[in-house]
Amino acid sequence: MLRALAAGILVSIACSIAGTFVVLRGLAFIGDALAHGVLPGVAIALILGIPGIVGAAAGAVVMIGGVSVVTSRSRLSSDSAIGLLFVGMLALGVVIVSRSTTFSGDLIRILFGEILGVGPQDLLVQAVAAVLLGAAAFVFARPFLLLCFDRDQAQVAGFSARLYHNLMLLLVAGTVIASFQTVGTLLVFGMLLAPASAGALLAHRIGAMMAVGALIGTISSYVGLLLSYYLNTAAGATIVLVATIIFFVVLAAVNLRSLVPATDEVAA
Amino acid sequence: MSGSAGLAPPGAPIIAAHGLAVGYDGRSVVEGIDVGVGARTSLALVGTNGSGKSTLLRTIVGLLPVLRGELSVLGARPGGAPARLAYQGQFHASGFVLPLRAIDIVRMARFPNRGLFGRMTEEDHDLVHWALRTMGVENLARQPLRSLSGGQQQRVYLSQVLARRADLIVLDEPTAGLDAGGRERYLQAFAAELERGATLVTSTHDIGEAVEYDQVLLLARRVVALGPGRDVLTADRLLETFGIVLRDPHLEHEGRLVVAERAHGHPQVVDRGPQAP
Repeated sequence: MLRALAAGILVSIACSIAGTFVVLRGLAFIGDALAHGVLPGVAIALILGIPGIVGAAAGAVVMIGGVSVVTSRSRLSSDSAIGLLFVGMLALGVVIVSRSTTFSGDLIRILFGEILGVGPQDLLVQAVAAVLLGAAAFVFARPFLLLCFDRDQAQVAGFSARLYHNLMLLLVAGTVIASFQTVGTLLVFGMLLAPASAGALLAHRIGAMMAVGALIGTISSYVGLLLSYYLNTAAGATIVLVATIIFFVVLAAVNLRSLVPATDEVAA
Repeated sequence: MSGSAGLAPPGAPIIAAHGLAVGYDGRSVVEGIDVGVGARTSLALVGTNGSGKSTLLRTIVGLLPVLRGELSVLGARPGGAPARLAYQGQFHASGFVLPLRAIDIVRMARFPNRGLFGRMTEEDHDLVHWALRTMGVENLARQPLRSLSGGQQQRVYLSQVLARRADLIVLDEPTAGLDAGGRERYLQAFAAELERGATLVTSTHDIGEAVEYDQVLLLARRVVALGPGRDVLTADRLLETFGIVLRDPHLEHEGRLVVAERAHGHPQVVDRGPQAP
């Protein structure tokens, strides 16, 4: 249980950093693509008996490549093509897993994670991922900030927009790959979006947004684990559900507050 | 590097274009542009929406590739001297969800000069506050950008441009959305930038403002005319550029022309002096 909480906190830290960029740069689409694309990779790894994380990385590469090919080939809006690509990858993953004898158990584990079963090695991978992400966010803070503000401004300021955009994608992919064992390929998307979105509503600075996101993620992990223990529900899904509920509570609170004339905010 | 250290000697071309074709996706919008802009001078681009103003500006700052011909900017290829260039486009994609205060936006102006790690200096700090003060938004410095009105945000963006201390300033319709006070501050601040030694290239729909520039480039998906504002902004050429020129007998008596732009709809008054035809 303690190990599960540690895993939850590490995932929360990584996801709040990557999720902040996902929210600010409008990359939710890519986050979703990664969540779907990772599945067949993990499934193939499972069949071949190689580490799931290797398969996940391969799946992420294929998915990002697929999205960029579809987007660049089609001059029209490519929503349908990309949507099909997502579902296709999901179906492919399920088809591959269905060859396994423990079909439904494996599928559930990949999609929704196994936070109660994380081992010391998984924790190490997640800790390394969180540290690397934090370091990257710190080192590239200025170009990332410019990119979030305006892609053209980053480019004109001499920071290659393409380079830093790709670097940002790499960070998001790394987060998904390092986190899927804990919360699953589908739910990791929720941990990317919900805490960072709540952070965007509450914070006025990007560093603060990451901190608020990590805090909300940690609270969600703790409360989610407790609830799942007493209610006998799936741990990963309960955590993501708590994070999502917190986001909507924050959204409602912020909207309510904006209805009241805020006289003290001007002086702040 | 201090703001003025990189200024070119007077007369050296800041922008030199020869037979330049600009466009996007490989298709040209305007061809055959020959224009030289020296240090401490100003160039206004005037034309309808879709006439190629923004395309030319985006090519100058290196956001769009040169399709044909030659273009040298600040003695380098376009985009090759980011620490000496400031650019303000028409639209900002974000600004809405971004959890940033006005002052954080203006601080970004100093990033090209400081790189990834260079510490912000006292000079940077002073420039940021001077810029906010100059555009009259210092009292909003600690407000979240998203809580500001469109006109206030535009003032913050122009503060960012000022804080760049650039040798070449490229602005795409900078007065759009500004109220009268904001316009007045903009005109004064950027006249002072010219005095300081900067070069200014701006697109505008305001004929009365364009006439004050050293050079005016009239665009209508081709170069209609290039030269000093008072020579270029004639009734015939405006007719060629915009399609319609209203001749109001009352205003014409005072030597003024009124341009009604087909696409845009805001008539502009040109003050051409008492000897108008």
